[in-house]
Amino acid sequence: MTRSFLGWPAFPEAAEREVGNRQLRENLGRATGTIRGKRALLAAERPDWEQLRDSAAAIKDQVLAGLEQYLLQVEEKVTAAGGTVHWARDAAEANRIVTDLVRATGEREVVKVKSMLTEEIGLDAALEAAGISARETDLAAAIVQLGDDLPSHVVVPALHRNRTEIRDIFVREMGRHGRPAPEGLTDDPAELADAARLHLREKFLGAKVAVSGANFVVAETGTLVVVESEGNGRMCLTLADTLISVVGIEKTVPTWADLEVFLQLLARNATGERMSPYTSTWTGTTDGDGPRAFHLVLVDNGRTRALADPVGRQALRCIRCGACMNTCPVYRRTGGHAYGSVYPGPIGAILNPLLKGLDEEQTASLPYASTLCGACNEVCPVRIRFTDVLLDLRAQVADGGKHPVERAALGAVGAVMARPAAWKAAVKGAGLVGPLLPARTPVPGWTDNRALPDVPRESFRSWWKRNEGERA
Amino acid sequence: MTAAREEILRRIRAAAVPPAPEPPRHYLRHAPGLDPDDREAVLALFVERLEEYGAEVLRTDRPGPAVARVLAAQGARSLVVPDGVPAEWTADWDGRVRTDRPPLGKAELDATDAVLTGCAAAVADSGTLVLDGGPGQGRRAATLLPDLHVCVVRAEQVRSALPGALARLDPARPLTFVSGPSATADIEMIRVKGVHGPRRLAVVLLS
Repeated sequence: MTRSFLGWPAFPEAAEREVGNRQLRENLGRATGTIRGKRALLAAERPDWEQLRDSAAAIKDQVLAGLEQYLLQVEEKVTAAGGTVHWARDAAEANRIVTDLVRATGEREVVKVKSMLTEEIGLDAALEAAGISARETDLAAAIVQLGDDLPSHVVVPALHRNRTEIRDIFVREMGRHGRPAPEGLTDDPAELADAARLHLREKFLGAKVAVSGANFVVAETGTLVVVESEGNGRMCLTLADTLISVVGIEKTVPTWADLEVFLQLLARNATGERMSPYTSTWTGTTDGDGPRAFHLVLVDNGRTRALADPVGRQALRCIRCGACMNTCPVYRRTGGHAYGSVYPGPIGAILNPLLKGLDEEQTASLPYASTLCGACNEVCPVRIRFTDVLLDLRAQVADGGKHPVERAALGAVGAVMARPAAWKAAVKGAGLVGPLLPARTPVPGWTDNRALPDVPRESFRSWWKRNEGERA
Repeated sequence: MTAAREEILRRIRAAAVPPAPEPPRHYLRHAPGLDPDDREAVLALFVERLEEYGAEVLRTDRPGPAVARVLAAQGARSLVVPDGVPAEWTADWDGRVRTDRPPLGKAELDATDAVLTGCAAAVADSGTLVLDGGPGQGRRAATLLPDLHVCVVRAEQVRSALPGALARLDPARPLTFVSGPSATADIEMIRVKGVHGPRRLAVVLLS
C-alpha cells in the first residue's frame, strides 16, 4: 500500500516527533550542509547572478499575468506537433485521465520520471487501485517507493535517509519488485547506485508506457523540458511507446530563449552544478525517434486558487530547486515530513495553504513553521518574498479564526487599545505585576513554541512622560 | 474534458492578475570572465569543464586515430554508428561497427559497448554537448543505451555560454543536453558518477 500525507498532524505535533529522531537530524544536517556549500560556490561564480534572478522572477510574473494566453498557445503548439492535450481541474480528474490513458494501452506497468506533481496528486496510489503498477526510476524516488516511505525534499525525496538505511531498503525490497539487490551489497554510494542501475535496467528495456512531469513548458513552441542527472529520465522519455506528461499549469515559460535564464539558474541553485547532466526537450512526437504517442495533462489542483491571492501568487514562480529548504533553520531540524506535504520547507509553508486553503488545521499551521529569518528570500532563484507571503497568510489565518489563541489575544488587545483610559490602566498594571510573575509564564497555545518576553517595570508611555514630556 | 478546460480558463480570468512589466535581460550572454572572441580561451574552458565533470577529452585534428584510441582505452569491442557519421571517424578502428539501419532493438543497443556521434552544438561554460537527432547524431535511444558515448565536436560548434547555443538550436527537434556522464547525488548529496545513462563520456575536440 502506498503511504500518503492524508490525515497528517499539524506542524507543531509532527515537528516535535521528527526533531526527537537523532538519526534524522544527523542525516539532514549532513546532506543540507553539503548542498549549501556547493550551491554557494556555484552561485558566486556568476557575477550576473542577481540579474539572472531579476529576469527569472519577471519572466514568471509575465507568465502568471498572461497564463490563459500562454496555456492556449501550449495547447495549440503541442497539438500541432502530434501530441494530445488534456485538462484536469483537480487531483482526482488528473488521476482519472492518466489511468484511462494507461488502460487504453492495455499495459499493467508504467515507468515514472520523478515528478512532484504526481506525488502531490497521489498518482501512484490511483494507478495501483486500478491494478497498474507505477515504478519510480529516479534513485531517490525509488528509495522512497521501495521503503514505503514519503518524500521529504523536492529535489532529493530520500534526503532523510543515510546510506546504511538505503542499503537495508534495497536488500529487503528490490527482490519483491524485480531483480534483487546484488549479493553482499555494501553501503558505498557507488555500489548502491549500481544496484539501482541493474534493478531498473530490465524495467526500462521492457517499458511501453512512461509517466513524467516537466520542469518547463515553452508556450511559443509547445516544447517540454525535463532536467535530471541519472539518465532515468532519458530512458523513460525515449524508450516507451506512450509518454504521458503531467504538468502544473504554472510551469509555462513564454519563449524558447527564456530557457537560457532558467537552465542557468536551476542546477546551480538545486544541486550546485552548472548544468545537470541531462536536459531533455521534446515537442510532440518525432517519427522514428522516441514515443509514438504523447499526452500532456495540464493540471490546476489549486493553482488558480493561489493565482487569485495578490500576495501569495508569487509562490507560483517556484521552479522547485529546493534551495529554500536546504537553507531553512526550521527544515534543517524537522526535515520534510513535519510539513505533511510533498512540498516541505519554506515553499511548502506557503504553497500548501495557497493551493488548499486554510480550512484544515494542518494547512493553517504551516505559515507558522518559520522563524521569519528570511534566509529563503536570499537564495530563491525567482525572488519569492517568502516572509511577505508567510505574514500575509498568518493574517489570513488570524482573520479566519484558524489560530484561536492568537485571535482571542489580538481581539482583547484591540478592544483595550480602542479605549485610551483602559489601555493606560492595562500597561500600568502589567508593569506592576510583571516582576511578580514566574519567568516562564505559560499561556496555553502561545508559549508552547514561543518564549514570553519579560514585562518591563515601566511602560514606554510613562517613561516618555517622565523624560521627553517634561521638556515639551 | 472541454468542461475542465473552460473551468480552468475561467478561474484564471477570475484571478484578475494585473499586467506584468517586460522582463529585464541584464545577465551575461557569454561565459563570465572570458572574451567570447578569444576562441582558444573558449575551447580551453570547454575542455576544463568537461574534465571537471568526469568526461575524457582528446584535442586533435585527426579524428580517426583519436576515436580508435578512446575506444581501445575503454575496452569497447562493438560500436553503433548512426547515419551521417563520416567514414573517416571510424577508419582507424578495427572493432565491430553496427549501423542503426534498420533500427536496432533496445536489447541490441543495450548489448553494444559504445556509440559514436557528432553533435548539434556545445557550451564551454557548462561543458555541455547538445544532440538534436540530425545527421551523425542518431535517434535518442542509440545514444542512451550503450555504456560509452564518444562525441566528436568541431571547434566552431562550441559557444561560450548557453544563450549562444540555444539560439542556434531547433526546438522542434528532440534535443538532449549532455553535461558530463550520468551521475547522482541522491545518497547523502554525494556525487556518484554513472547511473542509467552512459557511464562514460569521451569527447574528441576537432580543431
